Amino acid sequence: MAGPEVDRLTGTATTGHEWDGIRELNTPLPKWWLYVFYATILFSVVYCFFRPAWPLPWGGYTTGFGSWSSRADLNERMAALEQERAVWMDQIRDTPLDQIVNNPDLLTVATVGGRAIFGDNCAPCHGTGGVGRPGGFPVLLDDDWIWGGTLGDIHTTVTHGIRNAADPDARLSQMPAYGADGILTREQIAAVTDHLFALRGAGPENPAGKEIWAENCAACHGDLGHGNPELGAPNLVDQIWLYGGSRAEIMAQITKPRHGVMPPWAGRLTDEQIKQVTLYVHQLGGGQ
Amino acid sequence: MKFSHAILEKNVILLAIATLITVSIGGLVQLVPLYTLESTIEDIEGVRPYTPLELMGRNIYVREGCYVCHSQMIRPFRDEAERYGHYSLAAESKYDHPFQWGSKRTGPDLARVGGKYSNDWHVAHLIDPRSVVPESIMPPYAFLARKPLKANDVVAHMQTLRTAGVPYTDEQLAAARQDLLSQANPDAGDADALLARYPKAVIGDFDGHPDRVTELDAVVAYLQMLGTLVDFTSYKPELDYR
Repeated sequence: MAGPEVDRLTGTATTGHEWDGIRELNTPLPKWWLYVFYATILFSVVYCFFRPAWPLPWGGYTTGFGSWSSRADLNERMAALEQERAVWMDQIRDTPLDQIVNNPDLLTVATVGGRAIFGDNCAPCHGTGGVGRPGGFPVLLDDDWIWGGTLGDIHTTVTHGIRNAADPDARLSQMPAYGADGILTREQIAAVTDHLFALRGAGPENPAGKEIWAENCAACHGDLGHGNPELGAPNLVDQIWLYGGSRAEIMAQITKPRHGVMPPWAGRLTDEQIKQVTLYVHQLGGGQ
Repeated sequence: MKFSHAILEKNVILLAIATLITVSIGGLVQLVPLYTLESTIEDIEGVRPYTPLELMGRNIYVREGCYVCHSQMIRPFRDEAERYGHYSLAAESKYDHPFQWGSKRTGPDLARVGGKYSNDWHVAHLIDPRSVVPESIMPPYAFLARKPLKANDVVAHMQTLRTAGVPYTDEQLAAARQDLLSQANPDAGDADALLARYPKAVIGDFDGHPDRVTELDAVVAYLQMLGTLVDFTSYKPELDYR
């Protein structure tokens, strides 16, 4: 057989096949492409000497010069980051919350950081900027605090959370299911709802309801319905509702109360981060 | 005889055999060391097989294609550690068949979402994501709350996983249906027995309806355990540098 047949027009060799008189050029790979390909092969060889590459039959693997490790690398970067932040973080760690409030520079740093932490961790439930969501995710912008709105109260709530199983120190209170557990009849629940509307100045007094209130509700929510942040009992005479303020919604809540749950943030956030987010929430508008 | 591509290209059986040999070499070189080398396997405390309810939730997670938008692997990078927490360990998904690491993050990574939000939030979010996160583009999964969980094949699922190497015990298989109900209803079941078999299992009436077990119960139970099994306060990263 002679050498490859050369196409007259292009001067390129053909593959030698012929389909109905059509022949295929056997064009060589472009030079630049070929050299880049060889370069990648060379790179992989060099790479093997500088990064973990080959498993060894007797156990372990080749670590390469310098024993680079992605995890060690991360830990170095995190340590560097921590050092960079230490300028402020050490101060935030060592200064009590009520003194940070009086230090404008430190407060600015803390709340700016707190805002970022809030956005990542708290906003899914409490909304961007703490606007809250209907259905049991409280607004954090107002001065209505279920578990107290002082710096210390907020710090405790963020650290341990509310009604969660993960933290034994979580805030805990349980309103009885007055209807579902048969403590009150439907008529009694309606009567005590009347009394609540009377307390709010939104309806006539119901003497039977007043009695039921005194026996069942006043211990936590107060004689006048102002609530008690020590017990996580919400104020019932303001315009802010967790699960709705219509007559039907209030009766549903007395019959079978829903209870909000907040996870503990100790462990997931550092102590300094919890202080930052506490300060951020405190200055949103309603801090006491 | 001089080797020529023409011989291979003109003989389809020879071509198939040669292709198989070539591909096998590549596969074996990549896979065999991983199965045989001790150093590729991290010895981590706390990782346990999924509870029956979590397993059914995980099956729904796979069925609905959650992995298309959510990864479950925090890479050892600074920004990921800052946002999501400790990087994922291979051992944390050693009972995953198949694993749900994913490679696309239209939504956030879920590797450590367990315990980060309340059950109420997960329920509200799955039923209507925009009711809690207005800027979310996640589709609603409200039907999960209406669909009763079909769990009559849970034991078969566990047996299949056992074949694949997940160490479910006979006791766990025998109690599977009981455990499934115990986890979904804190008042009715035997929580202590469940926790003895599956430490750190999150027990609760996840969807707010204790009288029935829905697909929503299962999915939330699964989400609430993700990334919670390993105790990183006692984890020594320098022992596992790689």
